[in-house]
Amino acid sequence: MDQLVFLILSIISIGAALAVIFSKNPVYSVLFLILTFFSIAGHYVLLNAQFLFIVHIIVYAGAIMVLFLFVIMLLNLNKTNETSKSMLPKIAGAISGGLLLIVLLGAVKGLNQAEASQAVNADMGSVKNLGKILFSEYLLPFEVSSALFLSAMIGAVMLGKKNLKDH
Amino acid sequence: MEIFLIDKIVLIVAVFGITLLFALYSTYAERKVAAFIQDRLGPNRAGIFGILQPLADGVKFFLKEEFIPAHADKALFILGPSVSMTTALMTSAVIPWGNSLELFDRVISLQITDLNIGILYVFAVVSIGVYGIMIGGWASNNKFSLLGALRASSQMISYEIAMGLSIIALVMTTGTLSLGEIVQQQNGSIFGISGASWNIIYQPLGFLIFMICAFAECNRTPFDLPESENELVGGYHTEYSSMKLGFFLFAEYTNMFISSAIMSSLYFGGYNFPFMDQLGLSHNLVTILGTTFLFAKIVMFIFLFMWVRWTLPRFRYDQLMRMGWKMLIPLALINIIITGLLIVVLK
Repeated sequence: MDQLVFLILSIISIGAALAVIFSKNPVYSVLFLILTFFSIAGHYVLLNAQFLFIVHIIVYAGAIMVLFLFVIMLLNLNKTNETSKSMLPKIAGAISGGLLLIVLLGAVKGLNQAEASQAVNADMGSVKNLGKILFSEYLLPFEVSSALFLSAMIGAVMLGKKNLKDH
Repeated sequence: MEIFLIDKIVLIVAVFGITLLFALYSTYAERKVAAFIQDRLGPNRAGIFGILQPLADGVKFFLKEEFIPAHADKALFILGPSVSMTTALMTSAVIPWGNSLELFDRVISLQITDLNIGILYVFAVVSIGVYGIMIGGWASNNKFSLLGALRASSQMISYEIAMGLSIIALVMTTGTLSLGEIVQQQNGSIFGISGASWNIIYQPLGFLIFMICAFAECNRTPFDLPESENELVGGYHTEYSSMKLGFFLFAEYTNMFISSAIMSSLYFGGYNFPFMDQLGLSHNLVTILGTTFLFAKIVMFIFLFMWVRWTLPRFRYDQLMRMGWKMLIPLALINIIITGLLIVVLK
């Protein structure tokens, strides 16, 4: 049962990820990216990480992608007003992307395979466990990342203000 | 396992049917309430008191011509209303519609599934609901539709934040994210009255913020800017006709029903009612009474939605944004701080 669900989710996520790249219309790309996020969220459920699953949907599919879609709809990008690109950037992009893939593959292959039985614990990804670990073992990184978010927020507000002297 | 599945399927179909029935008759109730407030009669031709009006409307929607504009994106044009309707119906899975029934030597819970992250699930579904409107508005290839869709989605994103913050304060007092447990906890007695320890007593400000945000999320007056007809023709569904338009309108009423159910469950005790354990009735009878009370609460909230719609004028767009970002979010943050302080002091 788990195997079957895993297979279906994997096919959807890979297919949707490919469709993101190959779609001619940017709006379709964004919608396929949302579908990819959903299928990846499904993988989190299979790994018993319910909290991660729901936060992934709320943050990525529900908030960030909405803003993405917003921008793309407002710009109204489509084939007619797309500037024609030369082949050179495409080739460079393909080569650098391929190199990144090789590096990632090498890195993953070097890792020890985690034992499957060890990872599967029904309560592992629950909110309770996650909260306890975040506020005990990983307290410092957690607080530091909140400072990072705050500075990012302030930066966004500063950029959003067109002319500071007017205010 | 098989019996469990049959239980769940029956429950799912029942909840689905009841939700649609409520949404259907909400349209009728809306017109009757509007008529009452404006001193008119309202629909009174189809059946006694116009009771068959929703069915007539449904038949009309189905028989209208299916029209897709020439330059619209066909696939997305159809996807828009479908996403709206699906997300509107999805939330009902985690709402506890009643306590448990003891039938055929088994205990049947009247909640489809009690996720331990129930509140977050509701929140996730609400945040996905934006896509239906955005996709539909963009695919119509009409500037009024696009503007309506952008208004709707920016409004929904803005009010989601305050809504989430008001829920955090609630979660702090209850200590759980499961909707089933939150409702169960409100069963406690207060002043010797059992089943009256509702969260509204502990979170009055949080409830107020949540309710305002629920109005905004449902795109109801005074927040119905996405479809303000004097500026945007019809808003995001300008180009829609036939049952696809019906789906958009129907999704709004479904959302109204579901958010009424969530407000009743989170803040008004859900299926709990005063004196529920002191009546000395059998467990099943109390459960049935509790479900009846839950639906009574839901109906009252739906009436509130309509009452507000026919009483208040709509906000201007900058007023709406100012209220969301500069008033509700700080208020919700203050609510969290006060709740936290009280929890520390009282423990």
